[in-house]
Amino acid sequence: MAESAERERTGLGQGPGRLLVMLYGVFTVAAASRSIYQLIAQYDEAPLAYILSAVSAVVYAFITVSLVRGGEGARKAAMVCCGAELLGVLTVGTWTLVDPSAFPDQTVWSDYGMGYLFIPIFLPVTGLMWLRGSRREG
Amino acid sequence: MIDVLTAVLGAAALALAAWCGFAAYRDQPTKDWHFIGMAVVSLLAIVQLVIGVVRLSQGDDPEQGVAIFIAYLIGSALAVPIAAFMSLAERTRWGSATVAAAAVVLAVLEVRLYDIWGGVGG
Repeated sequence: MAESAERERTGLGQGPGRLLVMLYGVFTVAAASRSIYQLIAQYDEAPLAYILSAVSAVVYAFITVSLVRGGEGARKAAMVCCGAELLGVLTVGTWTLVDPSAFPDQTVWSDYGMGYLFIPIFLPVTGLMWLRGSRREG
Repeated sequence: MIDVLTAVLGAAALALAAWCGFAAYRDQPTKDWHFIGMAVVSLLAIVQLVIGVVRLSQGDDPEQGVAIFIAYLIGSALAVPIAAFMSLAERTRWGSATVAAAAVVLAVLEVRLYDIWGGVGG
């Protein structure tokens, strides 16, 4: 369904981009399902952590869609989001180390994404590099 | 039973990851044999989903909650098939790398599933 539209535009979701789409997709699902479950089932335990998880899910979802859609506008929007994501990981990561009491429960970005094999901190860096590189081709 | 299957599926996922990772390293797209491997792993994941649901309906209770258990079961069943379709669209080494990454994700999901179900004796 997205295939025909994808071919006409610059191929953000092709080649190495395909791998990024998959990883961003996984993290969208992981962060979204986690935050939805926690916001419903145990909101009172750690509201800040769960809301941050929800925010990260939205950021991941937006980047995934931008990569699949392609095009210059999507590329720029995805770069902004990758920047926001990197900032988020660094902020939340530092915050959880400095003041653990603010986070009684984990988020995707806690301790720089340690619970997720540090992928959350590698992903935005790789994403930014890929998005920068794909401008020259397009 | 479900613990054994979880362990087998985790090992199969890692094997698939290594196999497709090797194809990516050698700059090759996924081939028929890879797809057969993906089909086997997917089939195992679907069997696991069915057994998990049956066990739940028999009144078994996963240690960390039913909702999380089902979410992880569905995620495991979907991971490799989705990557397989992506590698069909991407006939380069990156298609192979995508499948390898999805297989690693599946292996991680299996480790988590083991914990969620409650470890030994399930």
